[in-house]
Amino acid sequence: MVRFENVGLRYGTGPEVLKDLTFSIEPHSFQFLTGPSGAGKTSLLRLLFLSLRPTRGLITLFQHDATRLRRSEVAALRRRIGIVFQDFRLLDHLTTYENVALPLRVAGRDEASYRAEVVELLQWVGLGERLHALPPVLSGGEKQRAAIARALISRPELLLADEPTGNVDPALARRLLRLLAELKKSGTSVLIATHDVALMDQYDAPRLVLDEGRLYFGQ
Amino acid sequence: MNDPRPATEAKPAREYGEPMVAHVNPILPDDTVTGRSLLAVVAIMSFLAAATVGAVEIVHGAAGEWRTDVVREATIQVRPMPGRDLDADVRKATEIAKAAAGVADARAFSKEETERLLAPWLGTGADLGALPVPRLVQVKVAASAAPDFGPLRRALADSVPNATLDDHRGFASKLAAISDAVTLTGLAILALVLAATVLSVSFATRGAVAANRAVVEVLHFVGARDSFVARTFARHFLAIGLRGGLIGAAVAAAFFGFARLSANVLGSLPASGNAAFYLGHFALDARGFLWIALVAAAMALVTALSSRITVHRTLRAID
Repeated sequence: MVRFENVGLRYGTGPEVLKDLTFSIEPHSFQFLTGPSGAGKTSLLRLLFLSLRPTRGLITLFQHDATRLRRSEVAALRRRIGIVFQDFRLLDHLTTYENVALPLRVAGRDEASYRAEVVELLQWVGLGERLHALPPVLSGGEKQRAAIARALISRPELLLADEPTGNVDPALARRLLRLLAELKKSGTSVLIATHDVALMDQYDAPRLVLDEGRLYFGQ
Repeated sequence: MNDPRPATEAKPAREYGEPMVAHVNPILPDDTVTGRSLLAVVAIMSFLAAATVGAVEIVHGAAGEWRTDVVREATIQVRPMPGRDLDADVRKATEIAKAAAGVADARAFSKEETERLLAPWLGTGADLGALPVPRLVQVKVAASAAPDFGPLRRALADSVPNATLDDHRGFASKLAAISDAVTLTGLAILALVLAATVLSVSFATRGAVAANRAVVEVLHFVGARDSFVARTFARHFLAIGLRGGLIGAAVAAAFFGFARLSANVLGSLPASGNAAFYLGHFALDARGFLWIALVAAAMALVTALSSRITVHRTLRAID
């Protein structure tokens, strides 16, 4: 599904923040991406999300060479990837329902065709009662779940989550993790960036460890 | 058996438990501080641009009127000469003028009219017979013909040597120079105002798009095509631009409408004298109002276009 071969990344003329990354993300997989702050987790997620281009090496994403994509192709590939941002990036003037439905709305789908789907997903993440609430009145955990729901609504083949449990209490963190782990069964590959060791210990999954720009594999 | 349910319950509006949901908000926030400021900027600049366009149109029209009114008239002066019959010469000059090509009418001022013309200088009751006072023939050029006084001047020189034709050319050329200068000045001011309008509207739009950068980014990250994002913004800002442009143009149009009305009212007052004669008709015609509408439409287009350009620039900056 995703293959990195000797990928390196530097910002401008600065030092390489990612060095010789070689790994792959297989279908139906669930793995953690971890490492100390500033190790390059977010940069790696941005590479996976086509928001950055590598300065060297080869990235193959859904059988496409990521370094040679046209802008129009990037949008189409991005619809196959769901992303949960660390800061949620919900739009404050849209209701929870509208925020979650946004990926389908921009894909040009008719609202009647996805209304039930969106409501069902929101109920699944426990926001069935908060459909009409605007993000500023949602709690941190509710925002987190809305952001996850938005990433999942278009049934992505790959889900990337940047510290998805960073703003919630341990009980909710466990629930969210279970929720994300369940996605594996439906065919979505999941990569969760986190530095919460206690959280990773609860779930037996491969770990990609980034340290000073280099990647190590752990369990 | 009849259905026991009352008719009003035959078709429930929704199943029990099905939440009432729908998109109620547009993708771009409707009422924001930057949106309102942009609306104000577009409205004010549209008003200024429309007012300038209207003023230039009026001045240009008035300048044209002065020129044509002066050029459409000429005067033949017949001087008394020893040994010649002045009345016969005046009659002859009038006939020649009437017969000339392109002349609509020629009329000699009678002795009494001449006395009346000179009354402010000589007083009433002066005996003009004792003075060598020249007589005048007023020549009106047909509206359709281009005034060409050459043949008339030659015919007069042949038959009435003591007659001279004044076609007001010197006065007309001075007026032409003045009206050209006024129109050119107006156009220069208009160019400056339009440039300032386009610049300020496009900068205000850029600011408003920048305030919505979060929306651009989120749309981009959830897989919206650039064209979708640009279209969404262009449509939103076209609406703001149209509203602002219409407000500005409507105020300008109302201003000129009021000016026209008050000019009509003032013109009907006896004290107004010959203001309309000297100044022309200081009112905006249908063409002027059309220009104002065009200004409003142009403002809306500028707003939409600069939002589009800014959005594309923002999108390129994100990745």
